Amino acid sequence: MNSVHDMGGMHGMGRVEIEKNEPVFHSEWEARVHALNLACGFHRKWNIDVGRHSRERIPPAEYLGFSYYEKWLRGLEMLLIENGLVTAKELQTGRAESKASGASVLRPSEVAGFLRLRRLARMDDDVPAKFRPGERVLTHNDHPIGHTRLPRYARGKRGVIDRDHGVFIFPDTHATTRDKKPQHCYSVRFAARELWGHQASARDSVHLDLWDDHLDPA
Amino acid sequence: MSDHHDDEHAHEHDRPLSGPALRAKALESLLVEKGLVDPKALDELIDTYETKVGPRNGARIVARAWVDPAYKKRLLEDATAAIAEFGFIGRQGEDMVVLENTPEVRNVVVCTLCSCYPWPVLGLPPVWYKSAPYRARAVIDPRGVLRELGEEVPDGVEVRVWDSTAELRYLVLPERPGGTEGWSEDELAAIVTRDAMIGVARVKLPRRSKR
Repeated sequence: MNSVHDMGGMHGMGRVEIEKNEPVFHSEWEARVHALNLACGFHRKWNIDVGRHSRERIPPAEYLGFSYYEKWLRGLEMLLIENGLVTAKELQTGRAESKASGASVLRPSEVAGFLRLRRLARMDDDVPAKFRPGERVLTHNDHPIGHTRLPRYARGKRGVIDRDHGVFIFPDTHATTRDKKPQHCYSVRFAARELWGHQASARDSVHLDLWDDHLDPA
Repeated sequence: MSDHHDDEHAHEHDRPLSGPALRAKALESLLVEKGLVDPKALDELIDTYETKVGPRNGARIVARAWVDPAYKKRLLEDATAAIAEFGFIGRQGEDMVVLENTPEVRNVVVCTLCSCYPWPVLGLPPVWYKSAPYRARAVIDPRGVLRELGEEVPDGVEVRVWDSTAELRYLVLPERPGGTEGWSEDELAAIVTRDAMIGVARVKLPRRSKR
């Protein structure tokens, strides 16, 4: 979807300010929100792409006004309601109307193993690659209302396949219909001038990871 | 900015909770009451990211690559496996790619769409990496961003920006600074910074290098 999360190339956002000796979390609630997101993910009611799409659907003005963990809090509230773990009324009142039945809950002793688990974005499916390294491609100029990992600044642009990462889940469908649609994901190299015109250095480039469904031969 | 945060932190316990702090607390209570989360597991998750995972992990990878050419070769060919040799695996580091900086090429990593970052080797991302200014500008004006951060990149050097749009996670292998010949792996790891492994800084010698 064409919303403000797709920030690449926007102007007016200000300077990049690096905070010295930055703590991992700036307050206790940020740490709790981070941990709640991980612990709720343990129920496997949604996948990482559904999770990303929840934060993208935060209304633009709120998205820009929120701190990082406010977005994660709002996104988690949306995920919990939309996937039936809590009701809107429960969230509003803060009182549980029913207990979760048969839910297996992440326990402290399971945390280390849970975090070391390799979630399977990479798939073993035997899908042929549509492109080989060195081939020229043209990205789709699509503007889907759902989730996509093809940012606006790289749509309808010409690039070159730099390397084939192998077969991966396709997030654009995984986030909405939950169809994994396994296909090759590539690192695609774009000349900075193809993306940004002559203000960019002729030497520079931007690499994006894109899937077969984003690309046509050029 | 950091003064403001310190101030906020110091007074946190004296003030009634408001805004997101209050909402987060209410949500946690609800989820505990419903039997969906165990608060002790939350403590364990927080402790992991506050004390066990962080850029010191990545610094060990970089230092090893600087002293061991066979390791560096494995790292550039199959970063996931070479990093797993140190036991750094799992969430947000499932498929790793290492990008080598050279006198001709400077690599810079960003995630314009969200906040993708290699947790097992760098920990959780700093605020600036997740902020609108960096996400907006790193792709359109990487040289300007680097200049603001004190890094003038000569015209003859190529800047390669990597936008983390998939589940590949990127770690920059910075150039080893001159004057570190004969240093041990631990001494080298101590000078490798988080920002150098994201690609927005070079590794520099400490002003008075103590050996």
